[in-house]
Amino acid sequence: MVEAWRVALDALRANRLRSGLTMLGVVIGVAAVVVLVAIGTGAKREVEQQVEGLGSNLLIVVPGRLEFNAAPSVSRLSLSDVEAVSRVVGDPSRVAVTVTSGETVRAGNRSTFTTVQGVLETTPQVFVRDVGRGSYLTSSDVDTGRRVAVLGATVARALFGDRDPVGQQVSVAGVRFRVIGVFAPLGQSLGVDRDDEVHIPVTTAHRLYGTNRIDGIAVKAPDRERIDALGERIVAELSERHPDTEFSAVTQEQILGVLGDILGVLTGVLAAIAGISLLVGGVGVSNIMLVSVRERTREIGLRKAVGARPRDIGVQFLLEAVLLTTIGGVTGMALGVGAALLVGELSPVPAAITWWSLALAFGVSAAVGIIFGVVPAQRAGRLDPVVALRTE
Amino acid sequence: MTGAPQAVEATDVTRTYELDGVSVPALRGVSLVIEPGDYVAIVGPSGSGKSTLMHLLGGLDRPSGGRLVIGGRDVSTLSPPEMARLRNETIGFVFQAFHLLARTSAVDNVALPLVYRGVPARQRRAKAAEMLERVGLGHRLHHRPNQLSGGEQQRVAIARALVTDPAVLLADEPTGNLDTATGTAVLALLEDLNTTSGVALVLVTHDRDVAARARRQIVMRDGRIVPPPEGSVIPAQRRPTEDEP
Repeated sequence: MVEAWRVALDALRANRLRSGLTMLGVVIGVAAVVVLVAIGTGAKREVEQQVEGLGSNLLIVVPGRLEFNAAPSVSRLSLSDVEAVSRVVGDPSRVAVTVTSGETVRAGNRSTFTTVQGVLETTPQVFVRDVGRGSYLTSSDVDTGRRVAVLGATVARALFGDRDPVGQQVSVAGVRFRVIGVFAPLGQSLGVDRDDEVHIPVTTAHRLYGTNRIDGIAVKAPDRERIDALGERIVAELSERHPDTEFSAVTQEQILGVLGDILGVLTGVLAAIAGISLLVGGVGVSNIMLVSVRERTREIGLRKAVGARPRDIGVQFLLEAVLLTTIGGVTGMALGVGAALLVGELSPVPAAITWWSLALAFGVSAAVGIIFGVVPAQRAGRLDPVVALRTE
Repeated sequence: MTGAPQAVEATDVTRTYELDGVSVPALRGVSLVIEPGDYVAIVGPSGSGKSTLMHLLGGLDRPSGGRLVIGGRDVSTLSPPEMARLRNETIGFVFQAFHLLARTSAVDNVALPLVYRGVPARQRRAKAAEMLERVGLGHRLHHRPNQLSGGEQQRVAIARALVTDPAVLLADEPTGNLDTATGTAVLALLEDLNTTSGVALVLVTHDRDVAARARRQIVMRDGRIVPPPEGSVIPAQRRPTEDEP
């Protein structure tokens, strides 16, 4: 058996360029599989962390349906609906709201375009959100519609640099606000800067935008067990208040499920493309092995004359094919891991290399060698020694 | 092979090829015996069936009819793997074109048949080196075929044929690719091995001078053995031309 491996390696070495080019197909295929699985896994992990990082036992209440292909619908929710939801929940401090708008925020001669969220003072309790400096909005800020703002870390840096923004003035959509706090940084996820936002009281936001709509309501359920029942009750209450509008209350698990579906489809498509390139690589291996069998017909005849069984010859060529694809596979793995690390380092796309994906890539490349090596190997094994020896 | 009374025994052997649906008879009924230690030349013009006969005697091919017993085994009862084993254990081949593996050292070329016998590498090399010593190439063990002269290459091939201690050495035009002097030396080596090791030597040739050195000649024509004009054994010193009508 050791001898057979040596012979196979020797045969590959005899045609370095050809072996290398044949391997290239497998190398690219395996590298593609490793990179795409790494990116898919990394993205999934990041999304999970982010959704779980929002806080535990969250219910997000939105108009319309949260589905992959649902059309966005215009919200008809208002603050009176929020009060109704608070009554259903029984604890107003567990209910947060948001009304979102993109606005230009200025301080002195600096300005930045950011997401301005009109919120209740309950936001830090419902979501995980820490204020780094100063303080958050209070209930009296919301009740009286004060023009006060809490800045995300990115906005604070853009407008004030290293200076402390607390107590300073900013203007949002041309209206002056006093900065009362700065959030502790959250960092980026999936290329989105989570520190690029400003919170102001929802009442102030309504006045500023000339509206009374609420984009969404978030509820922190007391425990996991009652979360679905609570969601149903909230939806029932809202449906009663707005008979012609559909509402959904979704949990983090449902959000993860939907995102998982999207990522699953994406990963599936990418994996199929990678698989096709591996398949093409396999066909290349098959082709080159057939050429190799034809070229070495005399050698096969001689080996048979001195006592090689059909099986011995078949195994020799099969090993050659498997060696070709596994060397290609290992090279592809190394390349894929390198590329995945590079992607993780240089782009916002996260990449997580998993052992199972490497094992899978290696297994598949060996399997490609076996599958695409069988036909040439059988052909070699069945060659008639008389004909083979006569070949020039 | 001391167990079998005859190294090879063919009885009314025929071989017919199918070419595009047409049956082409290559052998039309050949009977012969190769005894242990024999020295036989098979001669005849091209197309006479001598190559077909050699392939059959060497277990590379099976007869279409008749009975062929090699090393005591009827080839019609053997599976392809058993035929391979029979070739490995009973027959040694020497070809006109040497058929050495390029990029493989002389010693590994000679050791090749032992690979298929499952002999461990160390023992294989030792046995192969011993055989190369015996054909006068003890100083060329690690040379590759392209580093050897034609005569040396054929000696390597002879060492390879004999490394398994076969009962029969089948040599197909062994001097065909060599100049006269080298050819004569190779022939002398084959004859020496025939005498000293007791291997039956079967030479297939169309060179009458080469054939004349054998203890007996089998003359082929149109797929049959031409019967000798008198007696069954042709003395080696007689010219082959006298055998033909």
